[in-house]
Amino acid sequence: MDLSHIFNSKKFFSIATCAMLIFFLSFSAFSQEHASSDTAHATTAQPHDAKPEKEEDISKMILHHIADSHEWHFFGHVAVPLPVILLTDNGLVSFLSNKFGHNDHGTELLDVNGTKLVYYHGKYFYPEAVKSADGTYIAYNNKGDIINSKPLDISITKNVVSLLISVTVLLVVFIGIANTYKKREGKAPKGLQSILEPIIIFVRDDIAKPQLGHKYRGFMPYLLTVFFFVWLNNLMGLIPFFPGGANLTGNIAVTMMLALCTFILTTVNGNKNYWGHVFTPHVPWWLYPLMIPVEIIGLFTKPIALMIRLFANITAGHILILSLISLIFILKSVLVAGIAVPFVLFISVIELVVGFIQAFIFTILSALFIGMAVEEKHAEH
Amino acid sequence: MIVGSIAGIGAGLAAIGAGIGIGNIGGKAMEGMARQPEAASKIQTAMLIAAAFVEAVALFAVVVAFLGTGQVN
Repeated sequence: MDLSHIFNSKKFFSIATCAMLIFFLSFSAFSQEHASSDTAHATTAQPHDAKPEKEEDISKMILHHIADSHEWHFFGHVAVPLPVILLTDNGLVSFLSNKFGHNDHGTELLDVNGTKLVYYHGKYFYPEAVKSADGTYIAYNNKGDIINSKPLDISITKNVVSLLISVTVLLVVFIGIANTYKKREGKAPKGLQSILEPIIIFVRDDIAKPQLGHKYRGFMPYLLTVFFFVWLNNLMGLIPFFPGGANLTGNIAVTMMLALCTFILTTVNGNKNYWGHVFTPHVPWWLYPLMIPVEIIGLFTKPIALMIRLFANITAGHILILSLISLIFILKSVLVAGIAVPFVLFISVIELVVGFIQAFIFTILSALFIGMAVEEKHAEH
Repeated sequence: MIVGSIAGIGAGLAAIGAGIGIGNIGGKAMEGMARQPEAASKIQTAMLIAAAFVEAVALFAVVVAFLGTGQVN
């Protein structure tokens, strides 16, 4: 599989993505100035005090779109409510998220079978006894953090639904082709097999074999699962409407679970040689107090880097696309759409490639870490 | 007046570092592939892994910048 040109350009663009992300997020003040000077030139009687709020609305909108949610928004005011399941002090309560309307400003007390709750910015809290000055039941400490306690939220959120959909798709497709392989043993692939066989062989020959050597067989199920899971969810996250749009791989909890699986596999399969590297590194003995902690930290930083890489890449991509679309509203001119929309299209195509690359990188690094753990002793070092 | 988070500048600096790093990796990998086209696929894999490690640093900076901007508001 010769994709070197795409790979090279992707590396370039992912850095460009990071740079643009920082530009749009941290220096949104810059565009704010632009916006105000634009309107000043046009001498329209825009109320000036309304503007900072508008800017905040846009960054709030972006963060709202990449975050998890208790309903699946379709368009306009059409949204599918999802079940909320909370483990409160009075036991398990569950209700549909639209049961109490859409007030998420924390100004309304919800009474769920005797348990008082308040819904604030997409999260359920236990209310304060009295309303605070801003009309909400939410209290802050002097740092500005919310001090209300929360029930344990185990709801079926948008991300969970998306996870279930992608798992269903993967199970149906792969159990299907596994059965076809059994039935048509020794024959040429047919139907879905023909699409997926080259990719499976790519994972085997380009990811598993070079990193794991002759021990690759036992790890193929994990590597294939992780590859197709990450890839499918990256692509589904790019679809702006149902059944996509849930930003599952841009959720740090999901990537943490994936990285944890790699960590467990690495730790469980680590042989004498691997642990020897950690606890008796090849350095003079008086360096051990320094080297052993470093090696132990190294065990944990590898999966943590794996987790953050996938999360940050996908989240950055989503924020970038939303920021470019928001430029139309920040600069308050429909003419900007002429630049912003083609650019969004361009970035979306890049994101399709990034979706594949990140799945590939996650899988190859998992294979690399497992390979390091199961590797036999070398003459070198 | 420009209002922003200083964390953004830090992330920008990290992006410069990662840019130099990935530039070096990509350049050297291409050089290697040009010299030895038959080893292209091996070089490519090694290059991607190295680039992923460098990229991780820039992404750590992005996450730090997120946390930093969150603190300011």
